[in-house]
Amino acid sequence: MVIALKPKSSPERRLWRFHGGIHIPDEKALSNGRAIERAPLAARLWVPLQQHIGAPGRPLIAVGDSVLKGQMIAEPTGFISAPVHAPTSGRVVAIEPHPVPHPSGLSAPCALIEPDGAETWAELPPPLADYPQLDPALIRERIRWAGVVGMGGASFPTSVKLTPGTDREIHTLIINGAECEPYITCDDRLMRERAAHILEGVRIMHHLLRVRTVLIGIEDNKPEAIAAMQLALAETDMGGYTEIVTIPTLYPSGGEKQLIRILTGKEVPTSGIPAQIGIVCQNVSTAAAVADAVLEGRPLIARVVTVTGHAIAEPRNLEVPVGTPIEHLIAQCGGYRETPRKLICGGPMMGFELRESTTPITKSTNCLLALAPAEAPDPEPALACIRCGRCAEVCPAKLLPQQLYWNARAKDLDRVQDYNLFDCIECGCCAQVCPSHIPLVQYYRYAKTEIWAREQEKRKSEQARARHAAKQARLERQEQEKQARLRKQKEALAAKPAAAADGDDAKKVLIEAARQRAAERKRSDAAGQD
Amino acid sequence: MPNSVISSPHVPRVNRVDRVMLDVLLALIPGILVMTWFFGWGLLINCVLAVTFAVAAETVVMLLRGRSPLIALRDLSAVVTAVLFALSVPPILPWWLTLLGMLFAIILVKQLYGGLGYNPFNPAMAAYVFLLISYPVAMTTWLAPAGLAEHPLSFMESLRLILNGTLPTGFEWDALSSATPLDEMRGKLDLGQTIEQIGQSQTWGWLGGRGWEWVGVAFLLGGVYLLWRRLITWHIPVSMLLGLTATATLFWAIDPHTHPSPIFHLFSGAAMLGAFFIATDPVTACTTKKGQLVFGASIGLIVYVIRSWGGYPDAVAFAVLLMNIAAPTIDYYTQPRVFGHGSART
Amino acid sequence: MLVAILAIAALAAFFGILLGYSAIRFRVEGDPIADQIDALLPQTQCGQCGHPGCRPYAEALAKGEEEINKCLPGGEALVLALADLLGREPVAMDIKEKIPSVAFIEPEDCIGCTRCIQACPVDAIIGAAKQLHAVINSECTGCELCVEPCPVACIQMRPIQEDIQRWRWPYPARQPVESDSAAPLRDAA
Repeated sequence: MVIALKPKSSPERRLWRFHGGIHIPDEKALSNGRAIERAPLAARLWVPLQQHIGAPGRPLIAVGDSVLKGQMIAEPTGFISAPVHAPTSGRVVAIEPHPVPHPSGLSAPCALIEPDGAETWAELPPPLADYPQLDPALIRERIRWAGVVGMGGASFPTSVKLTPGTDREIHTLIINGAECEPYITCDDRLMRERAAHILEGVRIMHHLLRVRTVLIGIEDNKPEAIAAMQLALAETDMGGYTEIVTIPTLYPSGGEKQLIRILTGKEVPTSGIPAQIGIVCQNVSTAAAVADAVLEGRPLIARVVTVTGHAIAEPRNLEVPVGTPIEHLIAQCGGYRETPRKLICGGPMMGFELRESTTPITKSTNCLLALAPAEAPDPEPALACIRCGRCAEVCPAKLLPQQLYWNARAKDLDRVQDYNLFDCIECGCCAQVCPSHIPLVQYYRYAKTEIWAREQEKRKSEQARARHAAKQARLERQEQEKQARLRKQKEALAAKPAAAADGDDAKKVLIEAARQRAAERKRSDAAGQD
Repeated sequence: MPNSVISSPHVPRVNRVDRVMLDVLLALIPGILVMTWFFGWGLLINCVLAVTFAVAAETVVMLLRGRSPLIALRDLSAVVTAVLFALSVPPILPWWLTLLGMLFAIILVKQLYGGLGYNPFNPAMAAYVFLLISYPVAMTTWLAPAGLAEHPLSFMESLRLILNGTLPTGFEWDALSSATPLDEMRGKLDLGQTIEQIGQSQTWGWLGGRGWEWVGVAFLLGGVYLLWRRLITWHIPVSMLLGLTATATLFWAIDPHTHPSPIFHLFSGAAMLGAFFIATDPVTACTTKKGQLVFGASIGLIVYVIRSWGGYPDAVAFAVLLMNIAAPTIDYYTQPRVFGHGSART
Repeated sequence: MLVAILAIAALAAFFGILLGYSAIRFRVEGDPIADQIDALLPQTQCGQCGHPGCRPYAEALAKGEEEINKCLPGGEALVLALADLLGREPVAMDIKEKIPSVAFIEPEDCIGCTRCIQACPVDAIIGAAKQLHAVINSECTGCELCVEPCPVACIQMRPIQEDIQRWRWPYPARQPVESDSAAPLRDAA
């Protein structure tokens, strides 16, 4: 009898499903065929002085200063904060507001650096190749110094995420290589070309968090990336705790909450963070930046950006310094094939339109998308909602998008929250399938920012109320004090004229008093003699 | 500048209201053909009349509201309402009743509430019930299906009957009209006959009334098409048919002599049309999945109750309207658990 | 018949007593409606409603002595909120809403007279006699009460600059074209 032996490889990991999601043409073939290229330096770099979520940094430079590549030009001002470094050597020509990548298209303080072309590095801290023997706090400090932030788009300071609280154990580290948005291929190329480097970063994060398991989730439309990562993993000693998990392609699998659900079956609690359920999630690009910081002592000053879309002549992935204007990137990709209808920062599902060609890329810019008119036709006029419920079927947060829409449209900011507006991740699935072409996500974003503004106003009016009350109280007190003073003066005045009118009496009193004192003295003297 | 900000997604939209409505009309074609086969040209004439009246009513209202009528007409919802209405009423309904019905459906039930998407009641069913209550005789005078009819009406005869009320020469109403199977069943049961005795009559086919059973099958086919195109989900039709079947089975099991079989209930009257095309009207139905199950099952139950003990032989329209009223409340109490809320399965 | 009358009378008496008891047992102290109104008001203390501050206006509203559209800084949103709270019909605002602004003192012209400091209801202006005055931007409510008293007219209202933190997503421009109603009947409740 022959007993068939099971192959020794680990059993297929169980995957979970999240609710909804949509399949969309991924358009990744446009840009994923070419290796990452290093773009030549732009003539001017606009480096935003804040490129993270949290407390703004404090500028360390002045106009006219010379800076070296990797020199810190803005320092963090709090725990949740990150520094910014000069992406190249050169001169600071200006520090002024300049359009930054943001849906509003508004400006924020940027340092305008004119590169000298020498690429002279500043003095960098030593590599921490022996990090397993080092104090974790030291490594975290290094990551913080390097200004590493979440490069998938959230730009939350990575060092903070790698500082586990004392109250909860972190058991799983999830590395997000899903890259579920159409068109974007920068993580794909990075995994194909620098898998070993990414895994170095993963190993450092594993060391810092002391997790039991590391899961690297990659969508199955990136077989080359999966193969490259598996090959690289086989060459490390991380196989014991690390697993590369192929997940089905379904937008938005790369959403943090969705990926955690797919890989572990757990749901991040509402308005909570993954750490609450013992999980930390990091992007593959972030892992590579962590490796740069710890093993080479290099700050985060450049990143891989996908430049793509049917309006771009030669779509590809470019490695560029932070602060490079987008027009420079487009020129590097052969310019436009046709006039783009829209220029998007990020993916087509969640990204936002850019209006200024000198807008710089930042640490979290993963894609520059020039959509041809055929790819992004003008939206047709919105029709009335027919309640078909498609939106609810595809919502990954299991919300009722119609109810959110009715209430947001009626500007009923309380009821829209009753329907859990803030659990919406703005993935755009509902708007994509809506047969009435209602701009649903914009209603939700409108309602969210209105609610935040309202809360801000409420806080401000509370403050004004308190200050007004304080002023009233002060005025009252001053009034009372004034009254009291006046009363005293009046009494004193009342007392004086009385005394003046009867001057003789007063004198008599004084004389009498003096006489009494003298008599007293005499008595005591006599007593002393006895 | 800030007002020109347009939020993501920046990709072409995949669905359109008019295509949804067009698909619904396509799915109705087998039913229309089968009904025309069995009940003659009158049905098609009614469809054309109803669509014309509905479109005219919609145009007038939109003009009165100072809006472009094209916006409302382009979505084809008025056409769907008209066709559903025409499929529900007798194929020889006088034209002015169709006109009345369409004016009621489009103006009172739909546009006065704000137009498509805002009407709490299904316009076609509201119009049907309005006419049924006001003109009970005209609304229950059905033709005998082909094969049973003494004289199948020609196109011109149907047209004259609908427009003029002129009967074909040499025929009385009694020769043309026939009770619907549900009517006949109720009537004979009330006379004390048993199911077996009633089943002897030549008006019965395999599944239900002769002719009628194929109409049911055709609508079922159309419904499967809608499901396949993912225009509707299974929740409402399945729960409604299950609700009807379960109740019918229960009573049939108790006494098969006085209660018709569940098959009869499924393939008689408007059960199939109702389950796939009327109860599923998204505007007036429940929107949560759990709510849709409650909504559908309740319709099935109410249909059985009214058919068996109510004052009317069929009840889909009443049941749908009754549950339309309850839909918002059901929706409110059947909201799904939002991601990350409450106890998540781990 | 007598039984019916007695039963109804007994029921009436029972519920009457129950209601009377509840009124005493669950009595609400004070006049919370004024507090609720005050919580809605923007607290600019500008006095443009004709009352010396927000609290007095709230009290007048609570007594039903005042219209609900007198608060200019609150704007239309406040009128709707008050109408909702007080169960009154919304009244149109007669003046257009202002752009949010803060006061700015021209440093060259200020003579240090302290009149604006006395006028400011929230102590958002600092300075002393014969000293240059300045506005604390974060505390200024934009009430404009300081503009009038200035003898040299050196105070002007400057619109608050929009920045990324303050930016809000605009209400969608592409409205569904078909209807005027904000929500269908079934969702309006």
